[in-house]
Amino acid sequence: MLSVWMHDPLYLGLAQAGVVIVLALIATWIARHYHIHMEREVAIALARAFVQVIAVGSVLLIILKGPLATGFLILAGMMVLAAQTAARRAKEIPDVFRVSLYAIAIGSGTIIILMTWVGVIHPRLTSLIPVGSMLLANAMNTSALALERFRSEVKSHAGLIETALALGAEPAVAVAPYVEAAVHASLIPRINSLRSLGIVWIPGVMTGMLLGGSDPVYAAVYQFVVMGMIFSVSALTSLISVLLVRSRVFTPAGQLLLRPGPARK
Amino acid sequence: MNAQIPMIETVHLTRTVNGKTIVDDVSFTVQRGEVATIFGPSGSGKTSLLRLINRLDEPTKGTVLLEGEDYRNIPPRELRRRVGMVMQQAFLFPGTVADNIRFGPRQWGRELPMEEVERLLAQVGLTGYADRDVAQLSGGEAQRVALARTLANEPDVLLLDEPTSALDEGSKAEVESLIQHIIRERGLTCLWVTHDVDQVVRMADKVIVLEKGRVVQVGTAEEVLRA
Repeated sequence: MLSVWMHDPLYLGLAQAGVVIVLALIATWIARHYHIHMEREVAIALARAFVQVIAVGSVLLIILKGPLATGFLILAGMMVLAAQTAARRAKEIPDVFRVSLYAIAIGSGTIIILMTWVGVIHPRLTSLIPVGSMLLANAMNTSALALERFRSEVKSHAGLIETALALGAEPAVAVAPYVEAAVHASLIPRINSLRSLGIVWIPGVMTGMLLGGSDPVYAAVYQFVVMGMIFSVSALTSLISVLLVRSRVFTPAGQLLLRPGPARK
Repeated sequence: MNAQIPMIETVHLTRTVNGKTIVDDVSFTVQRGEVATIFGPSGSGKTSLLRLINRLDEPTKGTVLLEGEDYRNIPPRELRRRVGMVMQQAFLFPGTVADNIRFGPRQWGRELPMEEVERLLAQVGLTGYADRDVAQLSGGEAQRVALARTLANEPDVLLLDEPTSALDEGSKAEVESLIQHIIRERGLTCLWVTHDVDQVVRMADKVIVLEKGRVVQVGTAEEVLRA
């Protein structure tokens, strides 16, 4: 109906935004009727989201006209922010920011460059930034999951690890079962997403392509391609995160640093 | 080997954690074949001292000499093979009893033959247990497996951190007499942490009394208990 009255995409978008704001306010009003008060939070959240998304759109409008190298620069900046976020989840691990940064940069960087070179990711900014950032976000989540799981596994099995050390095991051997557990646990959400793809959910890329008028079969295949890339990035990032952190939880003399109780200095 | 050089000598051994000194300037010697008990109340630093000797923790000051050699010059893995440690809890690895016994030698690329596994199990009174899952063992049996697992590395020194404290009275007496027998038979040098006076009397050639991380007395059981 809106498209009949409005032909300019900007006005059409603003009108659509207006409709969903009204929709959200109606939902809030219904909640209020049942004495659930969230009017203030909803109003602030809607205003913030609208301003933020307009700001991102405006920035993209400028950036997307730049050279391809701009895309790689933006992704590099995102990597640093992603590493900071992932590192916050496992603060007790020494040097955790550097571990996350290396893992995310190598894990996602390798796949992004390789896939752009092969042509799976179109070598233009409108493809590189959205697909690259999606891969980065997944690398960040996987790294955070893997590091947090490794930290908790090591702390809860400190007795077994130190027993192995006391029997002459290399630190890498003493923590091998927990490396495996951490990598495996961090990849479960990705494997589940792959398994349920198309049956339980139709993910964002495919939805976007369908809304944009792409061929449904190509949209479906490209979604599979994206999921495959996400899994590869996640597997690589998880493995690198845990392998890098493995040596950091021991002193050079093979003494376990991560033990139950407060950090030891 | 020179009989004059102590098997173990701690030299001003000190460890401070988060500003608190938990092992404070500890110096003593233990001769080859001697059984020394480290005796003291809970929180006196007994376990911390044993962990330092096995180099599971790093001293803040001081060092340990193993047959006169500064242990910082010995690769940690080699040191830990020579100075075996049995912890308060057995901490058995998931799998069979034989898997656990073979763990130590495997770290050196040596696969212990089944006869040797059986011989070690016989020594700790667990003949025929090789294929059992460790999840099925009682506390006393688990602690015996832990002892056999440490012995499989053929250590020169045995560090025992209250190995019978988590056991019931029956198992406690059995495991204690078993350890005593093995120590004497193999001529092992032994540091045994305990807070049990009767155990000190039964086991010790030498008693090192710790209080608040410091050595307050060293002597025979008789001398220490008389004081």
